[in-house]
Amino acid sequence: MSITEIFGNLFTFEDYGELVGLLANSLIAAALLGVVGGLISVFVMARDIPFAVHGVSELSFAGAAFALLIGFDVVAGSIVGSIVAALIIGVGGAKASEKNAIIGVLMPFGLGLAILFLALYDGRAANKFGLLTGQIVAITPSQILTLIICALAVLVVLVIVWRPLLFSSLDPEVARAKGVPVSLLTIVFMLTLGLAVALSVQVVGVLLVLALLITPAAAATQLSASPVWVPVLSVIFAVTASVGGILIALGSPVVPISPFVTTISFLIYVVCRLVGGRRMKSLHRRRAARAAKDHNTSQPATP
Amino acid sequence: MAKESDASAPTSLREPVIRLRGAELRFGPRVLWHDLDLDVAPGEFVAVLGPNGTGKTSLLKVLLGQNTLSAGTAEVGGRQVHSGNPAIGYIPQQRGIDPHTPMRGRDLVRMGIDGHKWGMGLLSRGRKKKVDELLAAVGATDYADAPAGTVSGGELQRLRVAQSLANDPSVLLCDEPLLSLDMHHQKVVAALLNEQRVEPDTAVVFVTHEINPILPYVDRILYIVGGHFLVGTPAEVMTTESLSRLYGSPVEVVQVGGRLVVVGGEEECVDHHHMPDEEFDLDAAVNR
Repeated sequence: MSITEIFGNLFTFEDYGELVGLLANSLIAAALLGVVGGLISVFVMARDIPFAVHGVSELSFAGAAFALLIGFDVVAGSIVGSIVAALIIGVGGAKASEKNAIIGVLMPFGLGLAILFLALYDGRAANKFGLLTGQIVAITPSQILTLIICALAVLVVLVIVWRPLLFSSLDPEVARAKGVPVSLLTIVFMLTLGLAVALSVQVVGVLLVLALLITPAAAATQLSASPVWVPVLSVIFAVTASVGGILIALGSPVVPISPFVTTISFLIYVVCRLVGGRRMKSLHRRRAARAAKDHNTSQPATP
Repeated sequence: MAKESDASAPTSLREPVIRLRGAELRFGPRVLWHDLDLDVAPGEFVAVLGPNGTGKTSLLKVLLGQNTLSAGTAEVGGRQVHSGNPAIGYIPQQRGIDPHTPMRGRDLVRMGIDGHKWGMGLLSRGRKKKVDELLAAVGATDYADAPAGTVSGGELQRLRVAQSLANDPSVLLCDEPLLSLDMHHQKVVAALLNEQRVEPDTAVVFVTHEINPILPYVDRILYIVGGHFLVGTPAEVMTTESLSRLYGSPVEVVQVGGRLVVVGGEEECVDHHHMPDEEFDLDAAVNR
């Protein structure tokens, strides 16, 4: 099979306009998830807890697999699973090191449960695979409604707690001294993270949630440290990946959506990283210049 | 056994901004200090010295309303201590910031003004002006827009000073703010901190291992050793006789090149830059 034949099998852009029309709801949901993912990922970076995203997604997977097994709603199952995980991580670990240990313990357990539930399930194999790789195109209108409601709930909560959450994420000691309810906000954030993970699982699947909940802000923080620009860029990157991934995947009858979403997300990161490397160098040059100036204008330090 | 001097003599006749009476702090069976009476007057600069694990950071946390006294009372600004007191400015122990943390110098200062308020707080002209003034006052305008993770230790502490003074506090609590700075920047930051707080008449409680950079500004010292403490002016406290009595073992205070050095205590007052978090961790562990 030649390259062009493979490409021909991967992509057939016939009836493309019609497909887009049919999937308008999925596209709207994907865009909304991009906005949620982009904003949540800013706090994932600010709190330095990418590992927690992974841990939550594994339990989300277990929840969804259990729902599939007992014939319950899969979206609801994944939401329950990820919220349970988020609460355990949020309440259990005050320090980052404790948190990581708890996540490390939780993750294989969740994955093991999920494998058990899937092994017991004797329905369509595509349903199992969808949990791992995303299935937004295949979900029902009522599930899409659930997604949209949850996404809006996350956005409303984020807008309300934005400033104190950012304060307690970036500068917890001073935030606590200023009376910010740091522990409460941790739990609130873990709950919104749990919801966001459960929603993203529908688009990119359990294994690739990181592409929507970590990569966008990781890319944005390469370019800026501004509290306005980082969220804006992060949302643009996440929406580009989620919506762009679906639009490209529509032209392919065989490949699921997630590889396109993750590839776009990855490429954005690579470009930002290259630009960001130059930015860091210039920032360090400026710091060195300030240090030299400081040294010249001040008395030499006494030994 | 603990009270070694009359601690409750304020240096001015005005109402004290900090008032501790019979204060005792206990974590389980372990008593850090007890029968502590201390009044701090407006504008007074009090240094808190002592070996690791004697409850210096815990004292600040009492004043912040984060640790509860097991006996006695603590008041700040005439009111019982409580969490989130806007009359308090706070400089925490320094910890490294990742260069990619989404926070610029000016954001650190800004959070000191309105970081505790709900909502997004997108637009506020007055706030930007106030942040610019604070940055200019500590000489941080040059690097205000650089990510906070990419500035030097001395630069970061200037930002911390600006942040802590953002809401014109009547009390400034500092937890080892000079740690991890070289000697030159210790002096620069100490001078800056003092200069910025003199006019608003802010009282300072300054936990430190290293008395020398702040010695010119210190009015009184609270020296804690193993549950015992001593309060007085530097001339009263930093003597061989006083500290030997406090430590309960022979200790010598010597002047070396204009610097005070305590020799023979459980630790010397120099060379402790390598153990920044020990006391904090110990207290946190006991707390849990």
